[in-house]
Amino acid sequence: MKVILRIAKTHLLSKPKQTLVAMLGVTFGIGMFIMMISLMTGLNNFTEDLTKIASADIRMYKDVTEPRLTILDRIHPSGLNQVHSVKPKNESDKIRNALQIAEELRKDPEIVGVAPRLTSQVFYNFGPVKLNGSVAGVDILEEDKLFNLSTKMKAGSLTALMTTSNGLIIGSGLAKKLSAQVGDLLILTTPQGVTYTMKVVGIFQLGLGEIDNVRSYSNISTVQKLLGKDAGFITDLNIKITDYRAAKAKAEKIQSTFGEKAEDWESANATLLAGAIIRDIMTYSVSITLLIVAGFGIYNILNMTIYSKMKDIAILKATGFAAKDVTGIFLTQSLIIGLIGSLLGLVVGFGFSLLLAQVPFDGGDLLSLDSLPINFDPKYYVIGIVFGVLTTALAGWIPSRKAGNIDPIEIIRGI
Amino acid sequence: MKDILLHTQGITKYFHDPNTFQVLKEIDLEVKKGEFLSLVGKSGSGKSTLLYLLSTMDMDFEGKLQINGEELTGKSPDYLARFRNEHIGFVFQFHFLLPEFTALENVMIPAMKLGKYPESKIKNKAMEKLDLLGIADQATKVSSKLSGGQQQRVAIARALINEPLILMGDEPTGNLDSVNSRIVFDIFKGLTRDLGQTIIAVTHDEDFASKTDRIIEMKDGKVTN
Repeated sequence: MKVILRIAKTHLLSKPKQTLVAMLGVTFGIGMFIMMISLMTGLNNFTEDLTKIASADIRMYKDVTEPRLTILDRIHPSGLNQVHSVKPKNESDKIRNALQIAEELRKDPEIVGVAPRLTSQVFYNFGPVKLNGSVAGVDILEEDKLFNLSTKMKAGSLTALMTTSNGLIIGSGLAKKLSAQVGDLLILTTPQGVTYTMKVVGIFQLGLGEIDNVRSYSNISTVQKLLGKDAGFITDLNIKITDYRAAKAKAEKIQSTFGEKAEDWESANATLLAGAIIRDIMTYSVSITLLIVAGFGIYNILNMTIYSKMKDIAILKATGFAAKDVTGIFLTQSLIIGLIGSLLGLVVGFGFSLLLAQVPFDGGDLLSLDSLPINFDPKYYVIGIVFGVLTTALAGWIPSRKAGNIDPIEIIRGI
Repeated sequence: MKDILLHTQGITKYFHDPNTFQVLKEIDLEVKKGEFLSLVGKSGSGKSTLLYLLSTMDMDFEGKLQINGEELTGKSPDYLARFRNEHIGFVFQFHFLLPEFTALENVMIPAMKLGKYPESKIKNKAMEKLDLLGIADQATKVSSKLSGGQQQRVAIARALINEPLILMGDEPTGNLDSVNSRIVFDIFKGLTRDLGQTIIAVTHDEDFASKTDRIIEMKDGKVTN
């Protein structure tokens, strides 16, 4: 089949301009695809990282909003029951036996860490300033395991919290608003009206404004005291697992085992992640459009080439080239265009992605981001080249098959 | 008594477009090995059509075609392409050289398609053929840069490269001046005389036909002598 390759090569080289134009069509399509997919998946990964900062892989909590059956329904399940003005029961959002559940969960090899948490709404008072926020009572070492808090400390330290019973680690945004520093004393007021004086022992920054501006961490026992609850009072269990992609299935399993609501990070951030799907759809639809345009270019050029090479095709068939050989000659040309065009496209796409990664991008107060997040995953480069070659193969196949079916006698007679 | 190389029996062909029309009527033909045969007749007598049938390019007919004892009717197009490649050399009125390739490459292409010999050997053989036709000095020129006579000789070299059983010519001198016509004829004559090459040529040229071993005259789709 060397001779087929050689004829294809000669045809391509004898019309370099035309070949180049066809190639550039593919290059442009693939380049755009790489650029767009790098940016879009970069953004997707970035949002995913953000959600990972704010939420654990799986969060277990008591879901008090879950609809309950009325007593009537329970006694007469088959009856036509009508109960008016059903009010929610005064239910504590405490997870029963939370610490024992945590111990059980830690035995699971798929679970990396379990951090119990107790959250309360509070007002922060510092001098004349009053700010709304929340305080999370945590086991700071477990929390660190799940959220890497130690790498996000701007001042003070995590261990200081363990040695200070009324210690408080506050978010950077909160610290800025209160102009509070490590060592300052804050007064916290709970919705129940309890006030408590806390000492700032550290300042953290997660990079997510909605947390940095409102949250502070304290010891579980301190928050329990603040709320006037017993030592077993835990409202949340944050769970980290080995493969966060499998969180959904794992959450269902945990929920059915322990009977408490377990929510995976994807469900918890469904609105944020919905954008990712839309971005994916956009990227693929634009790229496919570009490639189809490039494909039509190749189709046209190949059709023209074949039209001008009718005599050559006739003689090749007369001297013993079968239909599939002739088809092969033209299909090879289109594949060469596709392959080189796609490879160039990858290079161009990579170049533009590098440039995009330099573009300054201000995330504002909400996000700590200084340039566009770009993904350089080689997977998309493989997809790009497969895409490019497939499109050109398809675009080339139609005219090539036509060339293979040309009747040489018609051409020879016609001259 | 020489061997019979090509044998047809009751070949009948119709054209259907625009009207059904019988071009060939019950043609029985035998061609012996080493024979230089010319097919003559007026335009529309069916001589070219017959040649295309004999060359296996057109297999849409009734009757039987045997070449070298092998029955070719009913064979697949791919098989016939292979058969043509190996056993039939073709020279047309126009040279039909591939314009982007050199004379040498044009001659080599059918042999490379056949793939029987390594490329270096094919190259030597192609040079031999060009030398035989007296145009070895033009081997490295792009075929579109050659003169008409030279191009036709390259085309003959190409037809001969796979040492075909039969060389077929469709008005091989039809587009050449008298000098080049004579050269081409002399080449053909030499091939039959020296190498025992079987040749079937369709021609208008009575002078050309008269000097061949046998003339088959066609009229209205029938062989008249």
